[in-house]
Amino acid sequence: MGVSERITAVDVVKVAKLARLDLSPDAIDRTTAQLAGMLEHFADIDALDLDAVQPMTQPYPLQNVFREDVIVAGLDRDEVLAAAPSAEDGRFRVPPIVGIDA
Amino acid sequence: MSEIYTAGPATGNEILIDGYELVVGLEVHVELATVTKLFSASPNRFGDDANTNIDPVTLGLPGALPVLNRQAVELAMRIGTALNCTIKPCTFHRKNYFYPDMPKAYQISQYDQPLNVDGYLELPGGKRIGVERAHLEEDTGKSTHFGGSGGRIHGSSYSLIDFNRAGVPLVEIVSRPDVRTSEEARQYVSELRGILLAVGASDAKMEEGSMRCDANVSVHKPGAPYGTRCEIKNVNSIRSLGRAIEYEARRQIELIEGGETVRQETRHWDETDGRTHTLRVKEDADDYRYFLEPDLVPLAPSAEWVQAVRDAMPMLPGARRARLSAATGSPADGEAIMVVVERGQDDYVLAVAAAGGDVGRALVHVKEGFAEEGATPTVPAADLAGLTTLEINGAITATQAKTVLAEIVANGGGDAAAIAKAKGFEAMDTGSLEAMVDQVIADNGPAWTKYCGGEDKALGALVGAAMKASQGKADGKLVTALLQSKRS
Amino acid sequence: MSAASSPQMSATEIAAGVRSGRLKAVDVLEQHLARITANESDVHAFNLVLADEARSAAAAVDAAVAAGTDPGPLAGVPLALKDNMCTHGIATTCSSKILEGWKPPYDATVVTRLAAAGAVTVGKTNLDEFAMGSSTENSAFGPTRNPHDLGRVPGGSSGGSAAAVAAGFASVSLGSDTGGSIRQPAALCGVVGVKPTYGYVSRYGLVAFASSLDQIGPFTNTVEDAALLLDVIGGHDPMDSTSIPDPQPSLRDAITQGVEGLRVGRITDLPGGADADVDERLEAAFDALREAGATIVDVQVPAFGYGLTAYYLIAPSEASSNLARYDGVRYGLRVDSSDTNSMYSATRAAGFGEEVQRRIMLGTYALSAGYYDAYYGKALKVRRLIADDFDRAYQSADVLLTPTAPTVAFEFGSKTDNPLAMYLCDTYTIPTNLAGHPGMSVPFGTGQAGMPVGVQVLAGTLGEPTMFRAAAALERAMQQ
Repeated sequence: MGVSERITAVDVVKVAKLARLDLSPDAIDRTTAQLAGMLEHFADIDALDLDAVQPMTQPYPLQNVFREDVIVAGLDRDEVLAAAPSAEDGRFRVPPIVGIDA
Repeated sequence: MSEIYTAGPATGNEILIDGYELVVGLEVHVELATVTKLFSASPNRFGDDANTNIDPVTLGLPGALPVLNRQAVELAMRIGTALNCTIKPCTFHRKNYFYPDMPKAYQISQYDQPLNVDGYLELPGGKRIGVERAHLEEDTGKSTHFGGSGGRIHGSSYSLIDFNRAGVPLVEIVSRPDVRTSEEARQYVSELRGILLAVGASDAKMEEGSMRCDANVSVHKPGAPYGTRCEIKNVNSIRSLGRAIEYEARRQIELIEGGETVRQETRHWDETDGRTHTLRVKEDADDYRYFLEPDLVPLAPSAEWVQAVRDAMPMLPGARRARLSAATGSPADGEAIMVVVERGQDDYVLAVAAAGGDVGRALVHVKEGFAEEGATPTVPAADLAGLTTLEINGAITATQAKTVLAEIVANGGGDAAAIAKAKGFEAMDTGSLEAMVDQVIADNGPAWTKYCGGEDKALGALVGAAMKASQGKADGKLVTALLQSKRS
Repeated sequence: MSAASSPQMSATEIAAGVRSGRLKAVDVLEQHLARITANESDVHAFNLVLADEARSAAAAVDAAVAAGTDPGPLAGVPLALKDNMCTHGIATTCSSKILEGWKPPYDATVVTRLAAAGAVTVGKTNLDEFAMGSSTENSAFGPTRNPHDLGRVPGGSSGGSAAAVAAGFASVSLGSDTGGSIRQPAALCGVVGVKPTYGYVSRYGLVAFASSLDQIGPFTNTVEDAALLLDVIGGHDPMDSTSIPDPQPSLRDAITQGVEGLRVGRITDLPGGADADVDERLEAAFDALREAGATIVDVQVPAFGYGLTAYYLIAPSEASSNLARYDGVRYGLRVDSSDTNSMYSATRAAGFGEEVQRRIMLGTYALSAGYYDAYYGKALKVRRLIADDFDRAYQSADVLLTPTAPTVAFEFGSKTDNPLAMYLCDTYTIPTNLAGHPGMSVPFGTGQAGMPVGVQVLAGTLGEPTMFRAAAALERAMQQ
């Protein structure tokens, strides 16, 4: 499948749900058109023969970077909870949880 | 819940439930016994006040970056080695999903390149359960639900989140679908727990959640392809695991027999009603958008490190059982050896033997009398050796030995011979034993008549009477033998 | 109308003066605060000016000097921080409503290092929301104006940091560069801007946009100041797993070396599209380096032109994940709702601006099941092609010269309706980020309407010393 495959409003609705963005019907249409335009432009890479090319995920080749298993003082709970939208009893408060996602 | 079926022996694929074969794969999550978290320096500690073990990484604060805990890798490698896995160069991925206890809205886990692959776990009876992988990942925080009934998520009006557990290192051990009975599932988890404790990778407490078990269960007719599987979550004990699998198998069979199909879904085991309930149907919307974690670099343990972990492997439960079996002649998967090795008292049993004691009697006494003792009982091995020697020499009876053992255990040691003497324990000599048996026959005419008339059940009453008359000094086996010889 | 300010002193001179006691840090600071008072309302370089904190810090630097202690290599240098670097107890917004008012409980590594070096932070600068943009028009708190022409954009995303130095509000500033966000505004505002090798400067405490591309770097008036700043903020940080562990040589030593014998590459297959005035200045730059003793060589980087596509698939993909944490649970904005899912969707729709939402959508799509191979996976391969092409080019050239941006600073609103047109501003800067290489923009005269033009100097991985040698030669050529 090529990059140029056309994105539809159905795709955009699904993606908005995945990304947890509450988009209005207008925004869905606008986004569909904009993403379609971009993806069309990005189709330039479909012309490249990439079969033998290894993906590059890391700009600088490092491996085996560790920290030692030693405690370092962490954050102050009161300072952190003071910045929370809602807190109670030393914890972060949220509305009812829907969907078990994992 | 009534027993749905009786599990048979723990080997072979031949066990059918109403003509269906059961297939189970197990996913076990274990929290590693590190001092700090997988990617940050907050304490990995259970039971602290909410949100006291937090740092920018734990909370997923903007700008925070993960750095891998070397000891977590070491412990994960120990698990892989103990499960006969190949330790491989590996990477970390992001698993993206929104949930309030998942601070970054992605979990750092291992995806297509896990640390440990292709191992197996050998059940006590010898069957091998394949281990597909054992990979590193981070734990989530904990939600507590309020306003609903009984702390359940459904119908709650709000939840409170504690992130102390977020970022605690986990190893997820994924078995191949090689488990065929609920008993094998129980054995697998129990054996795995023993291995985790042996290598010091985890405290593996199911009740505290440091070991959590999910079961993928399906059923199919022999020869048919595997059925649709359901994942069972919230199994909080080894006993529940068996119950949950049995219930789920029955549920699926009933669906199929009723002409319905099994839906692929995640189900929640409810301990109180003994059933599984639909938690979540697998949907297209489950799209975790895995991609390589750009904030971490690949992990490729050196050959030296892998070898050092291998060299430092302690003796694992299976090998300990085999060793004790060879020493005692008892079966390796028999109850006595299973129990004693699980308690870690096998070294002690062998120490009793080394101190000149009888290893077979030592095994029985340790199993029966040392339940409250740890891996290193306070009773000196030589004291227990002394007791077994008295027994073997016939100086005291098995019943008397039990009494002496209780006193030795209560006192944390003691000279068995001295205690036996103080209690007036001495094995009766053959002459007085025979005289006593004759007296018992005389006193229990009707029973003796019955016994001689072929009613073997009457023997028990006669032996009992003899033991009573001897005040426990008679050896039950000798009394039985005497009575038998007098009948013929 | 202009608010540009020619500095009387470089940061290097300020630090030397303060350390020796010839200058008072508080006096230097007041001069800068005075320019802020006079012109900040026009320029809007800052989201937050920290006058009181800066005065205390400057006084402390002077006190240290008086007590005979060395306050460090940046003693008394007024500094501005892009508002996507965490400052303990000081609002860090990323110019987004979703983080408005959030005060981080910790400092970024660069912030700690700058403070330890005696720098005096005067404020947090404006940016395109979450560093996504090329004009600073995407700030939730209003655009920054180019000090050279208040009707034009300063570039972006680090427009506030570039403008702060160009306007004399700060002697130096820090920005972050994911696809050109330091170099492009540096060019448009007529200052020096450096994107170091990936891993040269710690990202700990930099609010992530695209983790495999983001790098922090300096804006300065002189190449030497940039070297001074990089010497302070660079170097290994155990808090960042991607931080390069090896010690790096001082860049201040490199700049005096000249360019005799240096091989300067001209990319013959560079994508076109730069305006004539920009191309003219690039030619002048080649001439200047040739005159200074360098050899000009032709090189090819065939995949250069595919950088834009690879970038606009990779960066939004990473961003879609990095920005998922803004869910209204632990910090920042929350729009209350009946359950967590609707709270997330409402919070994120209200808190993120249009461009950020667009990129989250694009990235989520590119990573989603069924599309990964076609988009993200393919873009990673293009990234490899680009890096390989550069590596080949660097076998025959020590540095490459390109335009930094295709045009001089443009007028407000001229590209806001067309996201793609805005993305094209980064054509020349993006491939460097994909390859992880260093790049810097050096002011090299003016073009249309007297607006500054920057020339981009590129080098291979850890080629900073060579890159700085070439940049210093260009700077000397302009001063002659």
